[in-house]
Amino acid sequence: MNAYFKQDEPDTRNLLDTGKQGVIGKALSRPEGLAKVTGTAPYSAEYQIDGCLEGVLVTAPFARGRITAIDKKAALAMDGVIAVIDDPRMTTRPAQGTAAAAPEQGPGEVDYFGQPIALIVAETFEQARHAAKNLPFDYEADEIGSVPLDPESAPRETDDGSSMSKGDLAHAMKTAPHTVDLRYRTHGHVSAAIEPHAAIAQWDGTKLTVHAAQQMPNYNIAELADITGLDEENVRLISRYVGGGFGSKLGVAEETAAAAIAAMQLSRPVRVVMSRQQVMQAIGHRSESRQRVRLAADSGGVLTGFGHEALVANLPGESFAEPVLQSSQFLYGGDNRLLKLEIARIHRSTAASVRAPGEAVGMPVLEAAMDVLAEEIGIDPVELRLKNIPEKDPDTGLPFTEHGLARCLKEGAEAFGWDSGPRQPRLKRDGDWWIGTGVASAARVHNVAEAKARVTLNPDGTASVQTDMTDIGTGTYAILSQIAGEMLGLPPEKVLVQLGDTDFPRGPGSGGSWGAASIGSAVLVACEELRGSLAEKAGVNSDELDIADGMLNGQPVSDLLGGKELSALGHYEPGKIADDYTSSGFGAFFAEVRVNRHTGEVRVSRMLGAFAFGRVLNAKTARSQCIGGLVWSIGTALTEALLFDPNDGHIANADLAEYHVPVHRDIPALDVLMLEKKDAAASAIQAKGIGELGMCGGAGAIANAIYNASGARIFEFPMTPDKVLQAMEDN
Amino acid sequence: MPITINDQSHELPDDPRVSLLDFLGTHIGLTGTKKGCDHGQCGACTVIVNGMRINSCLSLAALHDGDHVTTIEGIGTPTDPSALQLSFVEHDGFQCGYCTPGQICSATAMADEFANGWPSDASDSLTGDIAITPEEVRERMSGNLCRCGAYANIIDAIMDTVTAEKEAQS
Amino acid sequence: MKPFDLQRADGLAHAGQLCADKHTAPIAGGTNFVDLLKLEVETPSTVVNINPLPLGGIEETADGGLSIGALVSNTATAVDMRVRENWPVLARAILAGATQQLRNKATTGGNLCQRTRCYYFTNIDQPCNKREPGSGCGAIKGVARLHAVLGTSDHCIATYPGDMAVVLAALDAQVEIAGPKDSTRTVPVRDFHRLPGDQPWKDNVLEDGEIITAVTLPAPVAGRQVYRKVRERSSYAFALVSVAAVIDMDGDSITRADLAFGGLAHKPWHDPRIADLLVGQSPSEALFDKAADLLLEEAQGYGENDFKIPLARRTLKAVLAEATGVKP
Ligand SMILES: Cc1cc2nc3c(=O)[nH]c(=O)nc-3n(C[C@H](O)[C@H](O)[C@H](O)COP(=O)(O)OP(=O)(O)OC[C@H]3O[C@@H](n4cnc5c(N)ncnc54)[C@H](O)[C@@H]3O)c2cc1C
Ligand code: SF4
Ligand code: FES
Ligand code: FES
Repeated sequence: MNAYFKQDEPDTRNLLDTGKQGVIGKALSRPEGLAKVTGTAPYSAEYQIDGCLEGVLVTAPFARGRITAIDKKAALAMDGVIAVIDDPRMTTRPAQGTAAAAPEQGPGEVDYFGQPIALIVAETFEQARHAAKNLPFDYEADEIGSVPLDPESAPRETDDGSSMSKGDLAHAMKTAPHTVDLRYRTHGHVSAAIEPHAAIAQWDGTKLTVHAAQQMPNYNIAELADITGLDEENVRLISRYVGGGFGSKLGVAEETAAAAIAAMQLSRPVRVVMSRQQVMQAIGHRSESRQRVRLAADSGGVLTGFGHEALVANLPGESFAEPVLQSSQFLYGGDNRLLKLEIARIHRSTAASVRAPGEAVGMPVLEAAMDVLAEEIGIDPVELRLKNIPEKDPDTGLPFTEHGLARCLKEGAEAFGWDSGPRQPRLKRDGDWWIGTGVASAARVHNVAEAKARVTLNPDGTASVQTDMTDIGTGTYAILSQIAGEMLGLPPEKVLVQLGDTDFPRGPGSGGSWGAASIGSAVLVACEELRGSLAEKAGVNSDELDIADGMLNGQPVSDLLGGKELSALGHYEPGKIADDYTSSGFGAFFAEVRVNRHTGEVRVSRMLGAFAFGRVLNAKTARSQCIGGLVWSIGTALTEALLFDPNDGHIANADLAEYHVPVHRDIPALDVLMLEKKDAAASAIQAKGIGELGMCGGAGAIANAIYNASGARIFEFPMTPDKVLQAMEDN
Repeated sequence: MPITINDQSHELPDDPRVSLLDFLGTHIGLTGTKKGCDHGQCGACTVIVNGMRINSCLSLAALHDGDHVTTIEGIGTPTDPSALQLSFVEHDGFQCGYCTPGQICSATAMADEFANGWPSDASDSLTGDIAITPEEVRERMSGNLCRCGAYANIIDAIMDTVTAEKEAQS
Repeated sequence: MKPFDLQRADGLAHAGQLCADKHTAPIAGGTNFVDLLKLEVETPSTVVNINPLPLGGIEETADGGLSIGALVSNTATAVDMRVRENWPVLARAILAGATQQLRNKATTGGNLCQRTRCYYFTNIDQPCNKREPGSGCGAIKGVARLHAVLGTSDHCIATYPGDMAVVLAALDAQVEIAGPKDSTRTVPVRDFHRLPGDQPWKDNVLEDGEIITAVTLPAPVAGRQVYRKVRERSSYAFALVSVAAVIDMDGDSITRADLAFGGLAHKPWHDPRIADLLVGQSPSEALFDKAADLLLEEAQGYGENDFKIPLARRTLKAVLAEATGVKP
């Protein structure tokens, strides 16, 4: 059976609420939890495959130029080396998310320092690693100075899709009683998923099977087919467990392409795992940004002008531009608007999606500027935000789907104990530490995508769900077992969820926070179909169905099935809802920080996030997504920055010792309020994305708290001690 | 002398370059111990050697003759998990699960360090009694990165079991 | 990692003989050495496992000090009750470094000899005079965030990254060294590490074949002991700047001011003029400023690390205020 649902209108049937199992939304533990905590969940590099060879990538030691010769003979003479592969099909950049086609190929042409140029294949990892560090090759590198590396001085283009202008911002800035015009910098970030990029490829002469750490097998299969020149039918991609993605595993990257090509050439299984340094250097990073925010407000604090401009960077030929202004399009009102996104073309590693592309750096900057404006007006910053929530999308005029910002600001302030009294800096001190608080709004556009899933009722009454959708830590295994359990009247442990295998129907992929809402809707559609046939078998109307714990209107479902399985392919697609509304998750962050008055060190002592993202599918895993976002907010605010060498553009701090992601001690107890309100226009399950919302603005709340604590107004993220000190000293 | 891993004896590799981590994963198929950085910068590879937690990526397997190694597989199994492993599941002390075996090995060894009365950077006094507070646990667990950001839940999971163990003892 | 021959040291003399070859190096905990072997920053032909040597004890010395064997783990030193009670600043410095996992393996000798964290030193595709003499210094014209502001040269601006040795310098501890031919010598920690000069590849004064056998702490002294490490995250990060201080007072007068600094130079920085300035004086903000002036008199930033100069001043002043009880 096939069931197809294209959603043109809000779905107010709330089908999940008609289920009788009572598991939807519950804080259930993950079904794969025991496998993960006992180390028995297999990640891509861990499959034990007989005769598997080890591949290690060789990377370019210069910014731009070409490889003129590789001394393969010398390499082959090294202990254990079986092949040196520099096949022109090998890729030199990761595919961007949803590309569904090969990225740049041809390892002989070099576009950035650290780009893969060849693969060494050897019997053991130790042999391959050594040979890769010692492969002799000749190259012509373009002269230092002739290669654009600095976004400020490089040629730039305007990203028209992200830019707009309405009214007269300059005039509003001239005439409004309160204005701010501020410039900010944010530094580059990396996803730094703890599992490095890894793939094992097997080739049987016709078919390529690849275990790879990927977020979106539904697109990745097309990328891999395009790279290798195979038909999709002859490619199978398996990503059952993915050790974190955060954007870095959206597209097929260099190691997967190299493993596949090597396996095909050598007719032996080949494993390629990138070193941490290679992951940092050759996988995409979040572009650094320069931003300008102009805000004009009337005497009551209502915005009359809103301007947000950004300069980001990427390699020539890349279509991706960090969408810094995404939330600025609709978050606050102001009739005179100007948004402008420019992209500089430089030769650093690929800029690509890192968790919450755009909002991750655009929102903290906007929210820091809002704090300056609140101070300038003399209004409470929560109040300022409440006053500027638009009725409709100020750019397109479209209505919003469920809009939770005001609720989040109010209920968040209440739960945090927000003091709306005077907000001069340096009112509170504990020994050497200034203490202060800050607030910021959260917003992350919500998207849904086409998705397919197969749901099967087995003869014994249990069920299974199959899709190539992945669970990268997001909770897909859990929520799909709950959705199917709710709809089919089964305890979730009776629903086997099988993910991450392209032999299953195409899901939406995990990215852009659209996974749960999209694949959940497809599972719902399949279950609805199954419920229809069950009703038919039971001789009742669908709406009279009462199924729970495997019993349908008093009769075991297994009896109704009569020894046969019942299976349906659910196919969900967003229709007009995607065009008729502006849909976003919203929220509010409240942070308390301590700033050392001698050293400028900052510690977050308390943080709360209040979020509204439609239906909560599993209160435990949803909360986990939110706290993960808060942790990233803290990293963005305080520690994370890529340091690019000015002479060749390489990432100097290309490891986890010097690229500082937060550690346990950086993170206090975190509070999360999930202010559930079903959003009928968001998806068929009334849910919106939550994977990224938790970091869309949070760093702004911390920046504002740093100012409130210490008087240090800083216009650069992250706010490391040096920057805090400088801003305090200027005071 | 051979190396003992989770009570099983194994011959050491011939190539002295093999790290303890790669020996576990590639040579004897114990893939529960994870490689996150291979340079002592993330803690995913944490195992317990002769009672002490270490980063197995920075240790040459050949130097472990006669040592007793406990890996995540030796701490508990899906059918017989440790209390801490169950507490991680209950508190959702992980998301992708990749850092998790390291976190659990680390926390398991940490319990003994507390029992020994060893201070940490977060201890107010170097010589007095050390209370098991979240701040103490956070400092002591800081060698285990979690990029998914499950930290707050990990601390809850650990505090729960540590407190339960303390209660059981008294 | 280049293939190498692994040898086991059967006694100090044997270890010394093996290591006398310049392509041979000892391995202790391996937490720094294996890291650099993988990166092929270190490419020895022979590696000598010195862990079987009997250098794993902590013993009291005749004059009331403590001798800490070269193979004592950082953890064992930090949790030793004698250290915790009498040299708390040493325990503090060790506990502020790295992580429990690393400290469990790291040893006294290895910690002293740990190499710089300069990004260019650890990246073999970059120029570095320390790793490859004559190739140039990538950091001077590149990213110098971690780098030194004191005692630099045109050839190298790297820092010594460790914490423990900074305190050992403040305490005026001694490094006990065994030579290849049964010779021994003692070098003050203050003189153990070198400045880069025109031989930046030499981190310290050890010659080929010399092995550290112990570090000796002098008898405990009265006074407040403080180790303050400023870092970019609250744990598991190297120092931007650190200050070790042992300060004693008689009434309102400073009687002892043993200070050393981390993160500022190619060695734990000890400037005897600072004690000369402070001792005999009554503590005040103005005095602390003078101490900082002296410390930073010849400080030079390299762009990205300019901030270390004001940061060192402020951290020094905060530590002095804390140790002398002056309200800043
Ligand atoms: C991610 C990370 C973070 C860290 N953070 C910190 C920190 O914050 N603060 C800090 O102080 N340290 C830090 N460290 C460094 C750590 O303290 C050192 O790696 C450790 O102390 C080295 O000791 P080891 O015994 O493992 O030395 P090894 O790695 O075995 O040896 C290091 C060097 O010393 C030589 N050597 C060893 N023993 C002797 C001897 N007896 N005589 C002569 N030469 C010898 C070796 O040949 C080698 O060159 C960190 C390390 C890592 C990986
Ligand atoms: S500072 Fe020293 S270690 Fe760093 S690149 Fe320059 S020479 Fe090498
Ligand atoms: S893999 Fe060993 S610490 Fe990261
Ligand atoms: S659970 Fe993913 S890194 Fe910790």
